[in-house]
Amino acid sequence: MIASVQAALRDADLVQLRDSLTEQVGTYRSRGVIVDVTALDVLDSFACRTLGEISSMIRLRGAETVIVGIQPEVAFSMVQLGLRLDGVATLLDLEEGLEYLNRRTKRVDHDRYAK
Amino acid sequence: MPAVRKLAINSRPQRGSSPVLPELVAHLRECRTQLREEWVRRLTEAQLLTAMSQQEIFTETTSIYDNYVDVLETGAVEALQAYAQNLSERIIPRGVETHEVVGMVLLLRDVLMRSLLKKYASSFALISRMLDVYEPAARRIAVTVAGGFVHERERVIHEQQEAIRGLSTPVLPVREGLLILPIVGVIDPHRARQLTAHLLRGIRANRAKVVVIDITGVPSIDGAVANHLVQTVDAARLLGATAIVTGLSPEIAQTLVTVGVDLTRMNTVCDLRGGIEEADRMMGYRVTRIEESACREKGR
Repeated sequence: MIASVQAALRDADLVQLRDSLTEQVGTYRSRGVIVDVTALDVLDSFACRTLGEISSMIRLRGAETVIVGIQPEVAFSMVQLGLRLDGVATLLDLEEGLEYLNRRTKRVDHDRYAK
Repeated sequence: MPAVRKLAINSRPQRGSSPVLPELVAHLRECRTQLREEWVRRLTEAQLLTAMSQQEIFTETTSIYDNYVDVLETGAVEALQAYAQNLSERIIPRGVETHEVVGMVLLLRDVLMRSLLKKYASSFALISRMLDVYEPAARRIAVTVAGGFVHERERVIHEQQEAIRGLSTPVLPVREGLLILPIVGVIDPHRARQLTAHLLRGIRANRAKVVVIDITGVPSIDGAVANHLVQTVDAARLLGATAIVTGLSPEIAQTLVTVGVDLTRMNTVCDLRGGIEEADRMMGYRVTRIEESACREKGR
């Protein structure tokens, strides 16, 4: 499942994204969610916290989250402000994100069916 | 005994209203050769402008002398400013220093002043009027020349600093997905920020998965720069790349520990070679030796 975030996201939009992603993971029985933030030119503390929540909630629903497309300037500002996305997988772009999820889900399948 | 005339004290040399100024200027032009030579003699005595040849000193002192007298006459410093700028551009690369330029101008001021004092020695009132005219003009000249020189020096230094910064932050793609950032020299917070920005753009452009930041050539860092380093590692991760820091000197290692940097967030390896090996491992590469015969054939 891929969610592309538009520029100029308000706090309420982020919360709604979180809730709808969590729900849809169940509906579509997704194994992975990619949140593409390429269009965002700022990621403040609220956004970071919400992305963290998305990741946790989706993990509880049995799927993996990957954030892709953080711009160099955005990454720079984030670290200067001490904002980190610990425990959340971050990759360069969609291509990398998909590759990562494929690797991860294959491993999970392997573990599951190895016995 | 000349009649003593009252003269309004004014910081601008006045044309026409005082007989002193044109007389002064005429005198300085008349005695040009002799005064210029006196000046050069005193420059040599004071060991100024040693970086310049006799011929050059002749040329420059002639220009400066003429410019000096022109400014005394007209009060307009634009031509002098342009000349000072031009002179500075030429002599700064030759290693001429600020004290030499300031000294040179002040010596000329002194040489001319003594000559004028001798001329007007008969009356203190005249001397006083002469100084009223001469001093402000001479001061403006000194400030213009010295100021021009210092300004040009600062411009050159700034330019050199930018050039050094540009040279010293190369982001080098080594293999697909692997970047190396070798840092040499002193890192200040400005340079650290530049490095980070540069590296992040490089990660995106090269789609790097691993970055080896080698600081073998960095003698020491302070707490602020240590934090910048950690931030760089964090920022690289946000772009999906793992950063390995290599080549930490014992001193830097100590700084990192003292500052309380969270070392679990940083991958470090002793040297660059080890760092590249670790990077290869992370990316799933293994380096093996090709057969010897293949090498020999190529050599033939």
